[in-house]
Amino acid sequence: MAQVERKGAVSEELLREFYREMLLIRRFEEKVEERFRAGELPGFLHVAIGQEAVAVGVCRALQDDDVIASTHRAHGHTLAKGTHPNELMAELYGKVEGCSKGYGGSMHLYDVERGNLGANAVVGGGLPGIVGAALAFKFRDEPRVAVAFFGDGATNIGTFHEALNLAQLWLVPAVFVCENNGWAESTPAHQQLPIDDLSKRAEAYGMKARRVGGQDVEEVFAAASEALEHARGGDGPVLLVCDTFRLTGHYVGDPQVYRPRDELARLRETEDPIEKLSARLDLTDEDVQEIEAEVVEIVEGSVEFAKAGTDPQPEDALKNVYA
Amino acid sequence: MAELTLVEAINSCFHHELQRDDSVMVMGEDVGRAGGVFRATAGLRDRFGPDRCVDTPLAEAGILGTAVGLCMAGWRPVCELQYDAFSYPALDQLITHVGRYRWRTRGGMEFPITIRMPYGGGVRAPELHDDSPETYYVHTPGVKVAIPSTPSDAKGLLAAAIRDPDPVVVFEPKLHYRTMRGEVPEGDHVVPLGKARVARMGSDLTLVAYGSMVPLVERAADALGGDASVEVLDVRTLKPLDEQALLASAAKTGRVVIVQEAPRTCGYAAELAAILAEKAILDLRGPVLRVTGYDVPYPYWQIEDAYMPSVERVVDAARKLLQY
Ligand SMILES: Cc1ncc(C[n+]2csc(CCOP(=O)(O)OP(=O)(O)O)c2C)c(N)n1
Ligand SMILES: [Mg+2]
Repeated sequence: MAQVERKGAVSEELLREFYREMLLIRRFEEKVEERFRAGELPGFLHVAIGQEAVAVGVCRALQDDDVIASTHRAHGHTLAKGTHPNELMAELYGKVEGCSKGYGGSMHLYDVERGNLGANAVVGGGLPGIVGAALAFKFRDEPRVAVAFFGDGATNIGTFHEALNLAQLWLVPAVFVCENNGWAESTPAHQQLPIDDLSKRAEAYGMKARRVGGQDVEEVFAAASEALEHARGGDGPVLLVCDTFRLTGHYVGDPQVYRPRDELARLRETEDPIEKLSARLDLTDEDVQEIEAEVVEIVEGSVEFAKAGTDPQPEDALKNVYA
Repeated sequence: MAELTLVEAINSCFHHELQRDDSVMVMGEDVGRAGGVFRATAGLRDRFGPDRCVDTPLAEAGILGTAVGLCMAGWRPVCELQYDAFSYPALDQLITHVGRYRWRTRGGMEFPITIRMPYGGGVRAPELHDDSPETYYVHTPGVKVAIPSTPSDAKGLLAAAIRDPDPVVVFEPKLHYRTMRGEVPEGDHVVPLGKARVARMGSDLTLVAYGSMVPLVERAADALGGDASVEVLDVRTLKPLDEQALLASAAKTGRVVIVQEAPRTCGYAAELAAILAEKAILDLRGPVLRVTGYDVPYPYWQIEDAYMPSVERVVDAARKLLQY
């Protein structure tokens, strides 16, 4: 394997941690698929298989106080922002122990304590709120950044454009992270985007933009760190486009009739971010097995935790509509 | 007649209406290549071409806004919104433009837009994939609203909506897309807007419902079987309402229970109850009762059954009213 030039800042040790986190997300998502097929989880699940490097690369560059808004494909961001797999799995099982107390499920994950302002079932729904959070940080002179994740499809909806315009106008400390996987459900990029390079969206607002390979966690981490520094330093928001791949269906159970048959198999061979990282690390077989075992145990544990959880009581649904 | 599921009936309507009138076109997210998330538009793009079945980017306000312009230029666009709650970004266009143009232009502009969306719960989906937002639409002047409860009506009401000169919003009960089968007339089949359907005749009590709640109240009527003769009125078109059918049934039975899946306050049931209070009070033997969802966001799957009106809740209300 050719030695790839490292971007100084990232130590081997840190890269190993990235590897572990990415693998945790992957195994978690595979477990979600499996439990769905077993009939234990209800549907409408979007997993982030293939996009782990974006979640980990960006979230690892954050400081604890920074906040994120996630998307409908939210498990990876949520884990990377620090929510325990137990709380996430319990949420998918609709249990009180879940991060949304069993009221939200896959597309409504919240973890206020850890600065996760929420997943969002409405595409583009999280972006304006991130501008507001960032504006609050600016008003209070706090060195914090608000980060919005969203897909390429989301760059077509009005809230995206309103949010970017406001963010730049008010020079708020926000970073907009586009997970550019080339699809919105069954709709391919060329049918929904009039431009090839999504970072150009920022030009209209005079916003700084970067486009990076989203399968390379080191590259994502470096670019995110830079973008966060720019925002935190008071120089305004950044649009960070990460080119990535959805190495799975749009939702769990998607027959993907719209996707060329061999495409997925080929991409799984060539574009797996975890494989890419492992090829760069000096991991021994024992290392790999050890990390794998550790991660699998956590994931298995999360399923046990979730199944042993408490069902919400219907009466409680009437609470918390108002203060 | 063919035996079709509810969503197949919608699909057959499209094939017929696009064939019949070449100004009819379909647009929405994933409607073309994929045939729609529920496959309501399957086969249209192959048969009629990508200009008659248009895949749009993810932009609901843009979809409906574009349809406004298409209408002005003589097309009959049918917009698919993927789920009930994703119609909210388009509500702005609906309220500010769609419902007003004819009025503003003093009849100078035709507005034959159809907007359709799957609605309602019971499918174990998370929040924002189970809403019953019909009231927002009914409340908007200039907009008609239809909600079928059977495969045959799904085809017939959609055909009526497409041929209607005004904007019509059609809510389709996604719970029954594939679980309900029924006889559907082949070829031309139009169920006129503004005509309710007596799904079952009775003389002691009327259960009024629409869409996904119709099969439920029919089960409640079965459960009440021995005790009372129950009439089931399927509203079918919420606007314009078939007031005559409602008042006739109320006059006959003197007892009315209205069932809606949507949250309670200011729901469509409240409008029906108000009409009965205004125009049927002397025919009624007891209060008009409502069985509804609750004033909360639609809850997640573990407790959604408790949210949904159930046969038990409908039967309870009916028994209470039968004591009058
Ligand atoms: C406003 C809105 N319209 C439609 C949908 C249905 N929907 C869910 S995900 C999706 C595609 C999103 O594509 P993208 O933003 O690229 O994210 P990806 O799924 O690729 O991660 C669509 C159309 C939605 N959730 N919200
Ligand atoms: Mg995408």
